[in-house]
Amino acid sequence: MPNLNPEDFSCPLPVMEYETIQLAHGSGGRLSAELVSRFFLPRFGNETLNRLEDQAVVDFPQGRLALTTDSFVVDPLFFPGGDIGDLAINGTVNDVCMSGATPRYLAAAFIIEEGLPMATLHRILLSMEKAAKSAGVQIVTGDTKVVNRGCCDKLFITTTGVGLVPAGVNISAANLKAGDKVILSGTIADHGMAILTSREGLSFASRVQSDTAALNGLVARMLQASPAIHAMRDPTRGGIATTLNEFTAASRVGIVLEEAAIPVRPEVRGACEVLGIDPMYVANEGKLVAVVPAEVADQMVAAMRSHPLGREAAIIGEVAAENRGMVVMRNALGAQRIVDMPVGEQLPRIC
Amino acid sequence: MKYVDEYRDPALAVRLLEEIRQTVTRPWVVMEICGGHTHAIMKNGLDQLLPPQVELVHGPGCPVCVTPVETIDRAVAIAARPEVILASFGDMLRVPGSSSSLFMAKSAGADVRMVYSPLEAVALARQNPEREVVFLAVGFETTAPGNGMALLQAKREGLTNFSLLASHVLVPPAIRALLSSPSNRVQGYLAPGHVCTVMGWQEYVPLAEEFKVPIVVTGFEPLDILVGLLMVLRQLEAGRHEVENQYGRSVSRGGNPAAQRIMAEVFAVSDRPWRGIGMLPASGLVIREHLAAYDAERKFAVETIRVRESEACKSGSVLQGLIKPDGCPAFGRECTPEHPLGATMVSGEGACAAYYTYHRTSHA
Repeated sequence: MPNLNPEDFSCPLPVMEYETIQLAHGSGGRLSAELVSRFFLPRFGNETLNRLEDQAVVDFPQGRLALTTDSFVVDPLFFPGGDIGDLAINGTVNDVCMSGATPRYLAAAFIIEEGLPMATLHRILLSMEKAAKSAGVQIVTGDTKVVNRGCCDKLFITTTGVGLVPAGVNISAANLKAGDKVILSGTIADHGMAILTSREGLSFASRVQSDTAALNGLVARMLQASPAIHAMRDPTRGGIATTLNEFTAASRVGIVLEEAAIPVRPEVRGACEVLGIDPMYVANEGKLVAVVPAEVADQMVAAMRSHPLGREAAIIGEVAAENRGMVVMRNALGAQRIVDMPVGEQLPRIC
Repeated sequence: MKYVDEYRDPALAVRLLEEIRQTVTRPWVVMEICGGHTHAIMKNGLDQLLPPQVELVHGPGCPVCVTPVETIDRAVAIAARPEVILASFGDMLRVPGSSSSLFMAKSAGADVRMVYSPLEAVALARQNPEREVVFLAVGFETTAPGNGMALLQAKREGLTNFSLLASHVLVPPAIRALLSSPSNRVQGYLAPGHVCTVMGWQEYVPLAEEFKVPIVVTGFEPLDILVGLLMVLRQLEAGRHEVENQYGRSVSRGGNPAAQRIMAEVFAVSDRPWRGIGMLPASGLVIREHLAAYDAERKFAVETIRVRESEACKSGSVLQGLIKPDGCPAFGRECTPEHPLGATMVSGEGACAAYYTYHRTSHA
């Protein structure tokens, strides 16, 4: 278990009959009600959720909705820089706001393995509360299920998010045009390497921290700079290589990257070198890749750098009419290689 | 990053490439034996930067690629036993056997685990005393000492539920076989830096003398490879044939005696089939008789294995340097990393996978 979190003391663990989750906590009976009222409502409570209806009924202004859902099954539950709780909030907030939308409401469903310590659940809920507050979203409905020991691994969380897309914004992976610039918001591979190194107990890489963060503030600042963003995604599983390949496939264009322009933290690079892993394929949880017309690229980078989550934003490449459907990277020696979609999991070297 | 960036300096690379251009007066064929070299060459695009007279041919130094289908089939059969946990490195799990890979066996219910070190497999044996843990140990001289050490560790701890399914191969016999082949066209060799870190460079001296080929032990960073190539080309141009050591920061004449002692204690040299090449005399390692209790091949009897290989796959010719990966009719068509016909398309160090991953544009 990582270090004690000072906030655990300000929100003490509610007194419960049991120290661990029982099957009865998912039965819909008295224990279920107690779990919701003592654990969930104090953390997420708001006018809508407190009504405890079967659904959330909310006011919504006219316009286009962005809707997304994502399941979180990360192992371990707690990792350097975050936990499954803030990951579940940030991941869904990010998926909503990559359309340019302002995320408003979340739904959260919990599948809990019998025997999970109440203290663990509480700590995760605290972290979700904090992440939701900081992203400015409300959790307005939810569900909890408890499954037999062995039927899931400790805790799975599914979050669903909705947001409103501002008028005049049209962001899609199919919108890339030759000549567009590709912008990355910061260092790559932090999250995936934090998980891998904590899972494998690689002590030399203990400084590697997940980058989990909600990107809606950064996106709002980008849209202020220019609404003309063509495509935008947060490169999670599969890393920026996968995201950029999705762009080239959807838009039937090529992308040429400059290897030297892509920032990687030294400790992350070190861990990748030792394990024989290419950071281009490693997951991020607080980064975005945007493709914008060349004429707004510089002002976009400047706007991103004025936000704490975009301080290391940089142009990393450009959209080309050649090599349709392919991402090509130029290295410092002037040679080129394909950056392909990954096949299966990335594997460590064996000799 | 220190100790890495120094060996990737673009300005120095440009100077080395210029020196190579000035050194070369006619066409030469140089083989990099090791899959690690192939991977580094393709990833850094070094082949695109060399003068056209220098042809690089990719050798059989990919342990995953040359592991016989029979070994994969045996591993799949052993993994199917309910008491067995079969552990191995990631890319071994994807290699196609006659009818199944270990990943397919896993999804069919076998307990197959991916590990990063053979000692993790020993830990599995310690944690699961009621199960049998089998580590599929492949590799050249580089990994043999580590795998041997895991076996000795299990023995020291009195773990009777740990065994190795060993499929180790040796580099010098493979070079000998390639040089003896009537179809050989290779004139100089980059020898594998990691293998030589363990074994030293002295065992390559007889090969250089007998076959009159220059052999340069080479490291794995872009500048290492360019310097190694320059050293081979200088020898070729001057008509010399010596063993030289580019990788002095890691390789000595005699290698690592502690690692060699462990290898000698655990393994004996034997004849061995190489996938795609055939039987090579004294080219493999088997577990010694007195450690038979730790030898999965002897511990778990497996019904006769009928090996079936894809007829379209030309990986044998690729491994011998007779054709380039994109010279195979199946390359990029029936055979891709998602649906590999042969092991050279599976491993990160396989020449076909390296071509497919990094250089499809020029061949598509």
